Amino acid sequence: MTEKKSGLNETLHLAPNIYDKVEKIPTRNGFGHGLVELGHANKNVVALCADLSDSTRALWFAEKFPDRFIEVGISEQDMMGIAAGLAAVGKIPFLSTYGVFSTGRAWDQMRTTVAYGDFNVKIASAHGGISVGADGATHQSLEEIALSRVLPNMKVIVPADYWESKKATIASASIHGPIVIRFGREKVPVITTEKTPFVFGKAETFRFGNDVTVFACGPMVYEALIAAKELEKKGIDVRVVNMHTVKPLDEKAIIDAAKETGAIVTAEEHQVNAGFGSAIAEVVVEHYPVPMKRVGVIDRFGESGEPDQLMVEFNLKSTDIIKAIEDVLSRKKK
Amino acid sequence: MNYSVPDMKKLATEIRKDIIRMTCEAGSGHPGGSLSSVEIMVSLYFNVMKHDPKNQAWDDRDRFVLSKGHVCPVLYASLARRGYFPPEELMTLRKFGSRLQGHPHRLKLSCLETSSGSLGQGLSIASGMAIGLRMDKKSPRVYCLMGDGELQEGQVWEAAMTGAHYKLDNLCGIVDVNGLQIDGRTSDVKNLEPLADKWKAFGWHTIEVDGHNVEALISAFREAERTKGKPTVILAKTVKGKGVSFMENKAEWHGKPPSKEEAAKALKELGETC
Repeated sequence: MTEKKSGLNETLHLAPNIYDKVEKIPTRNGFGHGLVELGHANKNVVALCADLSDSTRALWFAEKFPDRFIEVGISEQDMMGIAAGLAAVGKIPFLSTYGVFSTGRAWDQMRTTVAYGDFNVKIASAHGGISVGADGATHQSLEEIALSRVLPNMKVIVPADYWESKKATIASASIHGPIVIRFGREKVPVITTEKTPFVFGKAETFRFGNDVTVFACGPMVYEALIAAKELEKKGIDVRVVNMHTVKPLDEKAIIDAAKETGAIVTAEEHQVNAGFGSAIAEVVVEHYPVPMKRVGVIDRFGESGEPDQLMVEFNLKSTDIIKAIEDVLSRKKK
Repeated sequence: MNYSVPDMKKLATEIRKDIIRMTCEAGSGHPGGSLSSVEIMVSLYFNVMKHDPKNQAWDDRDRFVLSKGHVCPVLYASLARRGYFPPEELMTLRKFGSRLQGHPHRLKLSCLETSSGSLGQGLSIASGMAIGLRMDKKSPRVYCLMGDGELQEGQVWEAAMTGAHYKLDNLCGIVDVNGLQIDGRTSDVKNLEPLADKWKAFGWHTIEVDGHNVEALISAFREAERTKGKPTVILAKTVKGKGVSFMENKAEWHGKPPSKEEAAKALKELGETC
């Protein structure tokens, strides 16, 4: 019998201070820095923005490479098409705006022009999630995963922290075809380091565990790690998997988790309907059904408030993940 | 290679026959707006545009974006008659397994620059091409064909602002002003006039031309090439269903194919000799 692993995955060079005074940086900064690095490395990389360049951090690229930055004004549908046209003549365009506008307002353009035509357009969707805070429901994007993963040819990445956002941005320039990358506005815990591997399409087990698996994306990976640490006290051994690539999903990691741990919880700062948890559920149901629970926004629009207040109000904290874990464990076959 | 005007006039008739045969064989499709765009397409593909059917991926080719994707029969016929693929393939339009999808799809037919069908999106794509080509100091020009009804889509005007703001003088829009859309006359459905004033106000060099006069069209395209510092739009006044008496100026022929009898009548009018 092989020894079952437990605890944080030491091979991934995760941040040493996850559980104690963890540093916090917005994921959008990772996009900004990644884009500048790409600008130096590849002259074909260009950036577009629709009057939100400071907010999305596209401004950092614009300041370094003004000749390769296209400000389109408040016209997201036009921006999606311009990006496709740039891709058609050999550029690697990164367009950026809030997720509600890129994947929502310009959805038909994303579908028919970009995805159907399989143009090499990178769609940086900022201000994802409830943690946008005070701006309220109109600007809190809770649907990007659903709106983009439904499209053929489209790929979707939801990075967990600053470093992963930077790596995902850089990696996406080398992956052909349209990709939606989701970033957040608020400072969130930096749980990885520069040395942590990022491989597009590959889930990483951040914490080994054998009783139950939490699949998480974005800042919810941190919440999942906190939940796992807390449950350790009760003798519950939680596996935490960072599923940064939401499409294509690492199906093997999901099926292995179902077989090995027999219960699954998903965690996303997004609508659970048609979102990340639903994507995982599709794989589980078809391959190896086990008790599941999805943590996320349950069929309601966001509202104004402090990010922390909202994460509590919308049941997106580690304590909510713990409740979900206890629920699936109570249903798990002995 | 530039074709002569008499040759292009003959080609226009051949392409009209292709459109009738294709849509009749398919049992669906959009003959009305295809017939109104024939001279525009012939002028571009047989005279104005720099391109090479034998070297389709030529980096310096001029780009053509069909924004009103439903008139792909005229695009397919023009490409086939220009040597991009055998004209016999035109009869596969809209059939299962065909490269000639009901609306154009670039991944099926590699000589297409874009996929289109949802209206109002082409001018944005064309703007992006124009910006990218200029960034690389490349000389190709970008052409985008729109319908007049299509101009009711707001995105067109977003793109119109972009073209003028970025002074895209390598971009040329063409509007097939046939005055009809599915639900009737554009002036009744949602009035577009004063159309030339609108484009001028948006900062475009605006040329109004008889859209069935090949010489006038070519002259307008040359004027567009000479116009610096702003994009050009050519408002081509046309007749929907042009060349087939019973289809002319009738909105009902927007998206209805001719029956076999109607096709035979149309082909006879177009001078088919059996």
